[in-house]
Amino acid sequence: MTEMIGAKAFVRSLERAGVETIFGISGGAVIPICDELLDSDMRFILARHEQGAAHMADGYARVLNKVGACLATSGPGASNLVTGLATAQIDSSPVAAFTGQVNRDVIGSDGFQECDIIGVSASVTKYNVQVRAPEEIPHAVKTAFHIANTGRKGAVLVDIPKDCTTLRGDIEFPEKVEFRGYRLNPEPDPHELDWAAKILAEAERPLIMAGGGVIASGASHELVELSELLLAPTATSLMGKGAFPNDHPLSLGLCGMHGTMEANMMVPKSDVLLVVGARFSDRTTGKIADFAPNTKIIHVDIDRSEIDKNVEAMTKVVGDAKLALQGLTERVKRLRTWEPITEWRDRITEFKCVYDAENEKNGPYLRAPAVLKALRDELPRDAIAATEVGQNQMWAALHFDAYLPRTFHTSGGLGTMGWGFPAAIGAKAAKPGVPVVDIAGDGSFGMTENNLATAVEEELPVIVVVLNNNVLGMVAQWQRLFYDKRYSAVKLKGNPDFVKLAEAYGAEGVRVETMKDFRAAVRRGIKADVPTVIDVPIDPEENVMPMVPPGMGLNDTLMEAD
Amino acid sequence: MPQNTVSFLVENQPGVLFKVSNLFRRRGFNIDSITVGALENSGYSRMTITVDADAKTLHNLIEQLDKMLEVIKVKRLDPLRTVRREMLLVKLETIDPMAREDALRYINNQHGLILDIDDENIIAEITGEPEELDQFLGYVRGIGIVEMSRTGVTAIEKGRLMLGE
Repeated sequence: MTEMIGAKAFVRSLERAGVETIFGISGGAVIPICDELLDSDMRFILARHEQGAAHMADGYARVLNKVGACLATSGPGASNLVTGLATAQIDSSPVAAFTGQVNRDVIGSDGFQECDIIGVSASVTKYNVQVRAPEEIPHAVKTAFHIANTGRKGAVLVDIPKDCTTLRGDIEFPEKVEFRGYRLNPEPDPHELDWAAKILAEAERPLIMAGGGVIASGASHELVELSELLLAPTATSLMGKGAFPNDHPLSLGLCGMHGTMEANMMVPKSDVLLVVGARFSDRTTGKIADFAPNTKIIHVDIDRSEIDKNVEAMTKVVGDAKLALQGLTERVKRLRTWEPITEWRDRITEFKCVYDAENEKNGPYLRAPAVLKALRDELPRDAIAATEVGQNQMWAALHFDAYLPRTFHTSGGLGTMGWGFPAAIGAKAAKPGVPVVDIAGDGSFGMTENNLATAVEEELPVIVVVLNNNVLGMVAQWQRLFYDKRYSAVKLKGNPDFVKLAEAYGAEGVRVETMKDFRAAVRRGIKADVPTVIDVPIDPEENVMPMVPPGMGLNDTLMEAD
Repeated sequence: MPQNTVSFLVENQPGVLFKVSNLFRRRGFNIDSITVGALENSGYSRMTITVDADAKTLHNLIEQLDKMLEVIKVKRLDPLRTVRREMLLVKLETIDPMAREDALRYINNQHGLILDIDDENIIAEITGEPEELDQFLGYVRGIGIVEMSRTGVTAIEKGRLMLGE
């Protein structure tokens, strides 16, 4: 037991949890903590808005498979984190937020910069707690990191009243924390595995759909092994992109509202569908009644509450994806005495559509699919991409291949515009040696572009590709297709000149109108010491295709808009 | 839809009731009643809810509760092997002697207690299955209910069945 002030106990607790980088903004209630940070080796990355800090921590966490930490002051600092926490929580990303709070005797009196962040964040965190004494800080921090990074990972928040950081206490750092109601169940039940393996081994038209859980558990290798053993075409949810290499012959790519034709046509035709670490979001299933109605579904998930929540499974395996896939592969090998059926696999080519991504130009504009193919071409295989949300995100999911887990990141669940850029900054802080690109639209980039200041001063040279159509493109696409072209609240006539904007922050800015110039700009961006914003004007009328019209099933996927 | 009784043990800590009710609100579970009480010497509280729900909704509710870090154990109580009790306090208007006589008879039939009596009112305490309380209220509605308060259902399973660890 050592006597020290709460702020020191807090910083020591972070160090003991292995935190090397923390993102955040200072403020009145966290001055004592910021003061202690000066005496620590931890890197503090100063964001320009707390939402950005939370997204940076999220990007950092997704790349490194390690808890991302962020700090904000009380009141607006804390409430500004909420979108970031909601984004991390729904995508099961381990993010720990630490917020200052007013002094204990002021809590509940509507004091200056007081916000009930425990109440506000309860619905968007896996766990949150308010510290009530300096001595409680190490235990609260340790618990938060443990919960964020185990089981189904998620967001946590620890709220620390300012006087708890300035007062001295007898501080003890626990080696272990226990939570009686927190049961971890990574080991799958052998009987569940037996039953699932039997169904898989007897499948004639097996298909695998992988979600973010495969990436979270580091099970990509095991996924490829089982997929090859079964000759099972393998699709991914948006969160699962990267879990299975897009250039693998069995890869179907994305399944869902903007899924590939081969994925959306083959999922309903499969006789056995193995879903691993995915949760059947409405964007993945389309109309539930039409989602593989005659298929035997095997659902593997570490979160028991996901089983039968949205789609009823024939059988389940509750547990870690890696252990489950190993268990299934081992059993299928034993059960299977005949050669796998190749006709089913061969149908991938039948459904595969040739997307006209080769077609580079549409009038004066570069076409987004071609831009993303060229971008992929210029980047090494291990480069990291983050996306924003909307058309840019769906084009990236369809046309920007991912080969390795933890190289493609997106706000899949919450769909947070403005997530990609700060997440890319966090990713670059996590892996400075690897090129990091944010695939953006002009609308999304506009939401968090102020973090350019952070990227410049922290020397985090990310590349931002702004697919610029001066419109909130996905909403405009819906208005074009389903609202008689009545464009409402989507035109971004006041967009800045993104080249000048970048230059104003001390970053590089370039506008490109040919593919040659685009490729050259990416190459320069990879080598640059400052962030690069590449403004790519695209056609505001261009749609993301294929598309399942809202309320329809995967079988109704349209290849053309009309 | 069938009425289900679900009991669960939670950490006896500040904010847990908020988190439980917040979960019901967020996931759209409409519960009929909730009762809470601390258990002796364990650091736990026991909560009991009643909810009209189909099988799928009930399954989701139990799984979501079970996932909560503050929830130690959750169980749907077997309707055939559970005793369920609820208490009702009711103030009846009994100025009319006939009404007073009727009120006393109904209270007596239900093995109720008379907690207070004056020239105008009777306050009665009735304990029983929630359906019995509904029935009692049906009888005394004609007499005139001034005000009432129900505790919500508390329940425990028979024999060896139990919720605890």
